[in-house]
Amino acid sequence: MEQTKGYIYGINGPVVKIKGSAKFSMQEMVYVGNKRLIGEVIGVTSDAAVVQVYEDTTGLMLDEPVVGTGSPLCITLGPGILSNIFDGIERPLKDIREYFGSFIGAGVEFKSLDDKKKWQAEFVVPEGSDVKGGDIIAKVQETSLIEHRIMVPPGISGKLLWVAGNGSYTINEPIARVQTESGEHEITMAQKWPIKTERPSKERMPISRPLITGQRIMDTMFMLAKGGAAAIPGGFGTGKTMNQHQIAKWCDADIIVYIGCGERGNEMTQVLEEFSELIDPKSNRPLLDRTVLIANTSNMPVAAREASIYTGITIAEYYRDMGYHVALMADSTSRWAEALREISGRLEEMPAEEGFPAYLASRLSAFYERAGYFCNLNGTEGSVSVIGAVSPQGGDFSEPVTQNTKRFIRCFWALDKSLAYARHYPAINWLNSYSGYTDDLESWYAENVSPDFMKKRGELMAILQEESNLMEIVKLIGADVLPEGQKATLEVARVIRLGFLQQNAFHKDDTYVPMEKQNKMIDTILLYNRRMKDLVARGVPVSLVAKTGIADEIVKMKYNIPNDDLSPFLALCTRIDTAFDNVIRENNS
Amino acid sequence: MSVEYMGLHSIQGPLAVIEGISGASNEEMVYMTLESGEKRIGKIIELEGDKAVIQVFEGTSGLSLKNTKTMLQGRPMMMPLSTEMLGRALDGIGRPIDGLGDYYADEIADVNGQPINPVAREYPNNFIQTGISSIDCLSTLIRGQKLPIFTGDGLAHDSLAVQIARQAKVVDENDSDAENKFAIVFAAMGVKHDVANFFRKSFEESGVLGKVVMFLNMSNDPVVERIITPRCALTAAEYLAFKHNMHVLVILTDMTSYAEALREVSSSKGEIPSRKGYPGYLYSDLASLYERAGILKDAKGSVTQVPILSMPNDDITHPVPDLTGYITEGQIVLGRDLALAGVYPPVQILPSLSRLMKDGIGEGFTREDHPSLANQLFAAYSKVEDAKSLASVIGEDELSDIDKKYIKFGRAFDEQFLSQKPYENRSIEETLNLGWKLLGMLPKSELDRVSDDLLDKYYTPYEG
Repeated sequence: MEQTKGYIYGINGPVVKIKGSAKFSMQEMVYVGNKRLIGEVIGVTSDAAVVQVYEDTTGLMLDEPVVGTGSPLCITLGPGILSNIFDGIERPLKDIREYFGSFIGAGVEFKSLDDKKKWQAEFVVPEGSDVKGGDIIAKVQETSLIEHRIMVPPGISGKLLWVAGNGSYTINEPIARVQTESGEHEITMAQKWPIKTERPSKERMPISRPLITGQRIMDTMFMLAKGGAAAIPGGFGTGKTMNQHQIAKWCDADIIVYIGCGERGNEMTQVLEEFSELIDPKSNRPLLDRTVLIANTSNMPVAAREASIYTGITIAEYYRDMGYHVALMADSTSRWAEALREISGRLEEMPAEEGFPAYLASRLSAFYERAGYFCNLNGTEGSVSVIGAVSPQGGDFSEPVTQNTKRFIRCFWALDKSLAYARHYPAINWLNSYSGYTDDLESWYAENVSPDFMKKRGELMAILQEESNLMEIVKLIGADVLPEGQKATLEVARVIRLGFLQQNAFHKDDTYVPMEKQNKMIDTILLYNRRMKDLVARGVPVSLVAKTGIADEIVKMKYNIPNDDLSPFLALCTRIDTAFDNVIRENNS
Repeated sequence: MSVEYMGLHSIQGPLAVIEGISGASNEEMVYMTLESGEKRIGKIIELEGDKAVIQVFEGTSGLSLKNTKTMLQGRPMMMPLSTEMLGRALDGIGRPIDGLGDYYADEIADVNGQPINPVAREYPNNFIQTGISSIDCLSTLIRGQKLPIFTGDGLAHDSLAVQIARQAKVVDENDSDAENKFAIVFAAMGVKHDVANFFRKSFEESGVLGKVVMFLNMSNDPVVERIITPRCALTAAEYLAFKHNMHVLVILTDMTSYAEALREVSSSKGEIPSRKGYPGYLYSDLASLYERAGILKDAKGSVTQVPILSMPNDDITHPVPDLTGYITEGQIVLGRDLALAGVYPPVQILPSLSRLMKDGIGEGFTREDHPSLANQLFAAYSKVEDAKSLASVIGEDELSDIDKKYIKFGRAFDEQFLSQKPYENRSIEETLNLGWKLLGMLPKSELDRVSDDLLDKYYTPYEG
């Protein structure tokens, strides 16, 4: 195929103008300049094209050649992705380090996946059978935790003419041949896919299962579904990254795709180190075995930041196609939106709000809609759940990225600066957050956790809501003048906040809490609430309870009762009853 | 290649446009010669067809369209590096201004640097003792961290920065030579002469001047030069840290002036502004500076950054502090209320934060009670604020007993824990013990962030 060629006519930061050929197509991947930097065509006119370059353009000269590749920016999908760390366009950072040393240079092509390594493949379909796109033909143990399923690339179907048979192969060796209508097609373990195109599936399925994270405020109060989309907005220092890390560590997805998009370099190093040391409680293997990291730190080229989000979600969809539940964390989508703004500004496009391009909303929706619970082409079920951090400027949620994101997600975990200042972690504000998945998930919780779970959740929420109303009064006149009933509400709300909502990520038991224990904790708190109400009805002063120290015990149940032995809850409930009985008796005598 | 181009196409603010150019590369450095023979340095920031936009570092005043000669250098902005830089004062683009002449260059490097590969980073977890209680206990500085000081005009940020530089000794028991491996890189961007002198004098008095490289761009120096100053400073810091294994503390002051210089250039280029007129790429640009802190697996040294940033009108949501906070690993926020109450250093502990602290304190680093103690102090202090705001409505006398205790605790905390003298160097043990002493003013039942074991070990009631 003849290559399209042009030459550089103008350079403005990462945006390069090309003249000399009208043959470039939109979103085509191109090599820019003598250093062959990777770029993408983002605009075409009669004799010129505009390219955004994914690498540093320092030293690029006018009149240097630009060569087209004829295809959009694709990434390689195949075994070897897991426990790896890539940059925004799927170049392995470990290889980049080997080549350039500690700093990232430009202009060298790297293979995304190791093409020397031999993978042991086990075939699951015999020669001669009919296959179609998405069908699993072989299995490879990619990491100790995850079995990689080699699929027929979408769009290819026909008779399986030949399979290589069980054995070891590299990702580029042909392992099967399919007779398609247009001729024979060779299948390798790796396939290419353009990052900006959604991978096909059979159909979307209704949402029915939660993504359990082990974080109480998320699992109980504002639950996220498998295949759902959530946003965590918050000013700096409120714990966006910390929450993302916690979810990545403990959520019950099979695969984690973690995208560090325009964030700190040290954070990616931390994830890398921590995840290779942390052991998954279910399998006793390092968490890194189910994780892939995409790192485009804030000082890496801005155009690659735009691509990193798409690279991540394409990888997520690929594993979904195998029948896995994938959770994708994007930290932070605001940096991605800013990358759009920066490129847009350099193209001198007409800005909409705060300099962001008018297409911000459509890009955001296109991204979040790639989340979902799917029936795959091969009939398996899989899901992609997306959790996007948002970094609103000045912590103000009315800015365009937060507002537009809110339209496309159904679970909103609003981080609150004043909670973070008081070191109440996770600093998710229970009054501003919401989840639209509660109705979809009600039956799951009823079956698997507790029949009246949603009712109990509602009770907790009502107490917290009432507390916030009462706090308005307390701020003006102090708590002493409130009637006993309202004092009781304040006290129960305090116990909910300290004992339930606050969760210590550094405590061995509290960092991850199974649903069963969460449920028992709720029961205990609600028992406390009932006894409080009873006390008020009997006309006993609420302050007498404080002297028993029983509230303190409830608050510390998260530490004192281990996750694997929930029997002490029974004793705790007995002690609560005894404490209240004693208070009533003493008051009467 | 040394082709000289005569004349310019146009001049706008700090930018000059030159026409008919060929063979120019992006970010290339150029020398410009004025009619008077004066030489200036510039950098190509945009190319289109045969036109190049040049950012002139020393400003465009005196430049004329006809008689300016421009020579392309064929390489990006480089600076000479050597350990002889220690003890020297350089201008905003790295030329000696202390009258001692040029130094011998060991190597030259591109001032823009390159991003550190996250895989090559070593995760920082070495505690730096600054001897300042509010920082050591509550927003701990870690070697390789970037921890800015958010301040307002007229607050004691300069003294605080100097105190950190003076007291932040690298204590490493395994390395007797650690003392010699300590260096300070100081970059002044648009600061007043008095401020620069204050720093110089303070370094001199504490006997570290021989370990300091100073980059000085004063408030009356060319604005555009300011854009290069921190890059030169960080290039020097990286060289000392990663080539000579030194532990380098970089003080950058004032980042707001830097951002304003960036805005000025951006508006001259006619770019679309985002918030408050700052360019859309302010985040990426600040990140290209702040991210140049850290530790590498392949080198023994470290670059620790303490940028100083004045918040215009004390507004922490202003774009510069806001974007900075999103990039840096925490922040130390100074408060006017505390300063007015005579507290030095006036560190507002609630908005202050050190993100790397959690991995560099506790058993094996400082002391096992440090994380819980810090957590408890934060929680208690936030209750002090609640009690204070209630007191401002109903009066202190009407407060409940426990709120009164908090008010009392808050006062003692400001006076004894936050306040210390500019030359007072508290060890981490002293700081932690002081924290426990003050917590003794609160009843045991209020301390819900500390485990019972620690309470038994450290808690003793204290009347204040």
